[in-house]
Amino acid sequence: MNTNPRANTKTTNTDATNTDATNSKAHTGTNIYTRADASASTSANHNASINTNANTNARLSTNLSGQVGLNRSRPPAPGKLKHYLTAAIILLLLWGSAVDTDASLSKLIQGSPNMLDLLREMFPPKWSYFDNIVPAMLETIRMALIGTTFGAILAVPVALLCASNLSRSAWIYQPVRFLLNLVRTIPDLLLAAIFVAIFGLGPLPGMMALTVFSFGLIAKLTYEALETIDRGPLEAMTSVGATSVQRIAFGVVPQIQAHFISYVLYTFEINVRAAAVLGLVGAGGIGHYYEVTLGFLEYDKTCMIILFTLAVVLLIDYVSTKLREKML
Amino acid sequence: MIELRNVSKTYPNGTKGLDQINLKIEPGEFVAIVGLSGAGKSTLLRSMNRLHDISEGDILIDGKSITQAAGKPLRLIRRNIGMIFQSFNLVKRSSVLRNVLAGRVGYHSTLRTLFGRFPEADVELAFQALERVNIVEKAYARADQLSGGQQQRVAIARVLAQEAKIILADEPVASLDPLTTKQVMDDLKRINVELGITTIVNLHFIDLARSYATRIIGLRAGQVVFDGPVSEATDERFAEIYGRAIDREELLASRLPGPQVLEAQA
Amino acid sequence: MTTNATTWRHKVQKPKKNRYRWLIYVLLLLLYIWAFAGIPFDGIKETAGQITKSILSGLFSPDWNYVYLPDGEDLLRGLLETLTISILGTFVSTLVCLPFAFWAAANRGKSRFVSGSGKMLLSFVRTFPEIVMALLFIKAVGPNAFAGVLALGLHSVGMLGKLFADEIENMDHGPTEALIAAGANRLQILWYAVLPQVLPGFLSYTLYRFEINLRSATILGVIGAGGIGTPLIFALSSRDWDRVGIILLGIIVMITLVDWISGYLRKKLV
Repeated sequence: MNTNPRANTKTTNTDATNTDATNSKAHTGTNIYTRADASASTSANHNASINTNANTNARLSTNLSGQVGLNRSRPPAPGKLKHYLTAAIILLLLWGSAVDTDASLSKLIQGSPNMLDLLREMFPPKWSYFDNIVPAMLETIRMALIGTTFGAILAVPVALLCASNLSRSAWIYQPVRFLLNLVRTIPDLLLAAIFVAIFGLGPLPGMMALTVFSFGLIAKLTYEALETIDRGPLEAMTSVGATSVQRIAFGVVPQIQAHFISYVLYTFEINVRAAAVLGLVGAGGIGHYYEVTLGFLEYDKTCMIILFTLAVVLLIDYVSTKLREKML
Repeated sequence: MIELRNVSKTYPNGTKGLDQINLKIEPGEFVAIVGLSGAGKSTLLRSMNRLHDISEGDILIDGKSITQAAGKPLRLIRRNIGMIFQSFNLVKRSSVLRNVLAGRVGYHSTLRTLFGRFPEADVELAFQALERVNIVEKAYARADQLSGGQQQRVAIARVLAQEAKIILADEPVASLDPLTTKQVMDDLKRINVELGITTIVNLHFIDLARSYATRIIGLRAGQVVFDGPVSEATDERFAEIYGRAIDREELLASRLPGPQVLEAQA
Repeated sequence: MTTNATTWRHKVQKPKKNRYRWLIYVLLLLLYIWAFAGIPFDGIKETAGQITKSILSGLFSPDWNYVYLPDGEDLLRGLLETLTISILGTFVSTLVCLPFAFWAAANRGKSRFVSGSGKMLLSFVRTFPEIVMALLFIKAVGPNAFAGVLALGLHSVGMLGKLFADEIENMDHGPTEALIAAGANRLQILWYAVLPQVLPGFLSYTLYRFEINLRSATILGVIGAGGIGTPLIFALSSRDWDRVGIILLGIIVMITLVDWISGYLRKKLV
């Protein structure tokens, strides 16, 4: 549209710059420094003291010295020893683990034909087996449902005891938390194996294992959520003279219930997946059929079980996720 | 030299971001682009290094079309154009030095930069750039430990290390307080004068534009409505650019404490 | 007073509750009736109380001799193998999930179809229980710890890939833009703008997954995929309660310790 009338005023200045800049590859390091030095002699005033004068251009010359040059010591580079040590430790851990587990790529490559054979035998899945496993699948869902429910009920008082903002003193919530963490160290399948040893085969030990597992998970999630609630309503309830049960009913429950339901649904999702394999240790549900079919080398049936489980798990996940999204 | 020929940009929803813009910016100029928010300042600046694509026209950088370039040629053109952002755009978890060295990646092979083996000369250059913006003692600090003004100075050092011939600064002081604003603008001006780097700055405050720029371009609804030296950019002309009288909001002075307060501090 | 009450009743109407609310309650009730009716509560084994007592007493008077046996197959070696299985499994899954995470992350300038398909794949992997994967890998590489490593490695990809993808999506895009403006190519952008931002998150999630994997590794032995699970299941079936006690104790101590260390490291990373 329009060229700047003042456009040519600086050409002499910039020509020099341009040649310099194009040569910059040849002497990269010195470029800024040399030219800066030429103008650095004007002033010794380093501190960019705040100038009250609104006219900045007037002050520019003092700033030009710009603290360039080597009058300011550069900081020493921080040591890299820590990084090298960390890398060494990680490599050592991985190497040691590979040796201990006897892991090697060649073994995997040698074994992969076996895997492919297995996969080939799995397909096509034996669809007619579906009728045999439906009752077991329903039992799996029952176990998950009951386990989650009992676990959630047990979790409520424990979560209240664990929350540092609701509990009376650290003497209560610290030991309870410690016990809760101990419970949470034992995985569900291990719990199931122990309960099977105690109560015998069947869905009952599976249910109990899921109850303990859900209790641990829900109690932890809930007490962490409890610690983030707004203190205001609690103080308001105290100021109107509420008892501690009233405080919880009016100050805590309304703040936490949506979270709680969401955690319970989430735990239910996990439990359905867990319940599907509990049968491997004899704790009821569809997992039992993995052993049966794999034992008789009926891989097409195994495939049917896997597909059915996947379908049910995905369906429950989908419904539960939708419900949780609505909740929060 | 930057040359824009009939540059237009239409967004998918039909609004015109830029409308038939023709500009020539000579080497060494300090250009301030002013206008209301939404006038197309940012779009204009970002189309010059093709962070935004334009729909019509052509943009030439030193005679080479950036709108036609792709791949390596495009990266080579971009290497010569440094950019400074409103939000600094530093990697907050990396050290200051590494952020500055990131400006050098265009000069080296991918393999070399992946191993972080920059030549001594590059490290020296990075340190000099940091010295120039007066922040060298923070070289090994993490970028997120620095204040906003310091972070913007690191961003300027990154552009210096890049050895750019053109600096595009997109609202470089919009997230800074008035005093750091002055330091950052002083740095930009000094670099412009000493190194002769063409500098194009989007500015919201018109008094800043007046005191630092040599040339002012006014944008309104994607069109250039003013283009001339600072001396011609009178209040009346600004009123035209903005379509109304200048608001106090548009003056940085409105945000500065009075002179007597500053004297007391000194 | 009564007149007052009636006047405000005209002004404010009680909001109507969701009319399907009762339906939800009835459905829930039916669900529970169905669930409880299906579980056979036909008495508990008489020995249950006695066995519980034995296990508990086993926990408190564990078989200390089992901790270290010179000729192998002892607690320490079992725990060590469990630990190494989970370390290596986590490492494998981190490597494998990286490309999938970048595939599944919905970044600017990428079609929703691409990231959607990546997310689908990851959630598909996630639904495969690791123990079933271990069963398959045992067929390939034999009943040993390596099968456990592979099972954990593959299963964890589902969850880690999803978490990594979220981390990439939540990243600040400013530095990427700055690197583009400086003329960097794709790999350089990845290295200088993306990785420094996402790496701490990646490491933290990896440690978190390691904690989960350690728990899973303790049960892999149940089906013969190495670790402490094998001696535990033997001890359970041979009713050697003192040994069950020491193994449980070992598992609890190991997991608690690892949780502490991992939690400390994760706090330092943030």
